[in-house]
Amino acid sequence: MAKEKKQFSLKKGKKWLWPVVRAVLLIGLSFIILYPVFKKISMAVRAKSDLYSPIVVWIPQNFSLENFRYAIEMMDYWRTLLNTTVLCLLTTSLTLISCALAGYGFARLRFKGSNLLFAGVIFTILVPPTTVFVPLYFNLREFTLMGLIPLITGKAVNLMDSYWPFVLTSITANSFKSGLFIFIFRQFFRGIPRELEEAAYVDGASITKTFTSIMIPNAVPAIVTVSLFSFVWQWNDSFYTTMYLTSAKVIATQLASLPYNLTIRLTQMLGGSAKADPFYLSMVQDTGILLAMLPLIVLYLFTQRYFVESIERTGIVG
Amino acid sequence: MISNLGLRLKSHFRTRKKYKSYEQQKAIWGFIYVLPWLIGFVSFFVIPLINSFYFSLSKVEMKEGEVRVIFQGLQNYIEAFTIHTSFNRTLVESVLNMAANVPLIIVFSLFVAVILNQEFRGRAFTRAVFFLPVILASGLIASLESSSLIEAVQAERVGSRFINILSSFELERMMLQMGVDEVIVQYLTGAVDRIYEIISQSGVQILIFLAGIQSISPQLYEVAVIEGSSGYETFWKITFPMVSPLILVNVIYTIIDYFASNAMTDLIRETAFNTFNFGLSSAMAWVYFMIISIILVVCTYFISKGVFYQE
Repeated sequence: MAKEKKQFSLKKGKKWLWPVVRAVLLIGLSFIILYPVFKKISMAVRAKSDLYSPIVVWIPQNFSLENFRYAIEMMDYWRTLLNTTVLCLLTTSLTLISCALAGYGFARLRFKGSNLLFAGVIFTILVPPTTVFVPLYFNLREFTLMGLIPLITGKAVNLMDSYWPFVLTSITANSFKSGLFIFIFRQFFRGIPRELEEAAYVDGASITKTFTSIMIPNAVPAIVTVSLFSFVWQWNDSFYTTMYLTSAKVIATQLASLPYNLTIRLTQMLGGSAKADPFYLSMVQDTGILLAMLPLIVLYLFTQRYFVESIERTGIVG
Repeated sequence: MISNLGLRLKSHFRTRKKYKSYEQQKAIWGFIYVLPWLIGFVSFFVIPLINSFYFSLSKVEMKEGEVRVIFQGLQNYIEAFTIHTSFNRTLVESVLNMAANVPLIIVFSLFVAVILNQEFRGRAFTRAVFFLPVILASGLIASLESSSLIEAVQAERVGSRFINILSSFELERMMLQMGVDEVIVQYLTGAVDRIYEIISQSGVQILIFLAGIQSISPQLYEVAVIEGSSGYETFWKITFPMVSPLILVNVIYTIIDYFASNAMTDLIRETAFNTFNFGLSSAMAWVYFMIISIILVVCTYFISKGVFYQE
């Protein structure tokens, strides 16, 4: 009897041991992930005087929004935000259309050599962008559209410092990481039952019609995933953005030049002779990063449930 | 008469068109759907790739806005390997870092995916937190974050950094006393110290593994339960073999992701746009690309040997 009871409690102990271990692990790891965000918020709302105060660790003694004011002013935040949003929406929507078309083409509309071309898609994923970026830069600096533009205007156009490189690469599904998006779409469309499109064909739908009114409504999970990835990666991308855009104000370029601008500004305020406090600079820079992340966090809050659900049904898995 | 003929011809063509089989139609539309990508592929990928190779074998000069390319053989490659001060070191470091991080990321993400797949309270929230690095820890924000002075100094002042070193020091000592090989000890304690780096790089991998685990049919698990298999056994006998194809996918993804932006790509970029040595930059990029290809081929070969496919 006693033995039985002991065994019972051992079993019970085993039953709750794992949830406890799991909870500790998950809370710990979540804390590590969230720590930088919390830290930035805490840094951003404190006044300059709290920076050296030994009693302030997390909650500032003197709340102040001065950091925000500086960072917003330095980055020209609102205009930058508008520019970046427009750019990201533009590239996301174009990438979405072109990648969905290509993905469906590769998944269901087989033609001679389509497997070979799909190998090309995989190849674009594998080649690092640094390998092609120098010739690409020259190509876009003197853009001829395969020799067509000089026929009309007489000389090549310089597409640098405009949104055109982004538009052209995303309308042709060759922007940042779009090989991956084509792959996701292809895998997803392959997962949709063939009977569905055959039924549509029997009912007299053309292939375009099948695509727009059967396939697209069924592909919402893939669309959400690709849109979110595309938007976020474009938002955070500094590689292409700093290459294509030299003077336009978008988050990536503004954030990169924030420390420099800030140093100049603060040195001016101090009369030009004294040097600005590097800690204070870092504090404002952190605020700038927070401001850059904020729209993404808001976006993620709205889409995350959908996103986590959708990725499971996207069938990246194949 | 003529109009009649025209009409007949027209109707003839129309019927001809109608007889085009479904498969043929699909092939034509397939090509049309893929066409935008194909145009971009040729003009923004293939041609630049060929040009890049040509540049790497040439001296590229930019004078008064005009690009002049003079062929000079392997000069750039020789310069990269023998003259350039930091190319070799950066390259070796990038590869070694990658080799150190990839196994950790794979093991960690598989572990987290298995945990996140279980039922527990607050699962939705936890998942949301774990996928946050996909959004935040990419590109510019991550690189600026690591250079934040304040973060480093704060950590120093609070003393957490000190404790951190101390704790892994303790762990290191204990493991060494247990007779574990020193290299392994260094590797594992290093992994503990770099936990943030590893977490922030494994967001997408967790997603892929999670999706894979969810697609395993529940019948397999039911059978396992009926046969009295423990959770541990179930993992090694069912979950692990079933997601093993995804280990390959994830290894490849991790390698590519790591190689897309690191010290080496920065060096290539700087060589091109700060010192305007486009030829040298292209040569570096090609060496880099070749090394990545070799690593990918080797990894794919060895992993695919151990992968279990259901078919």
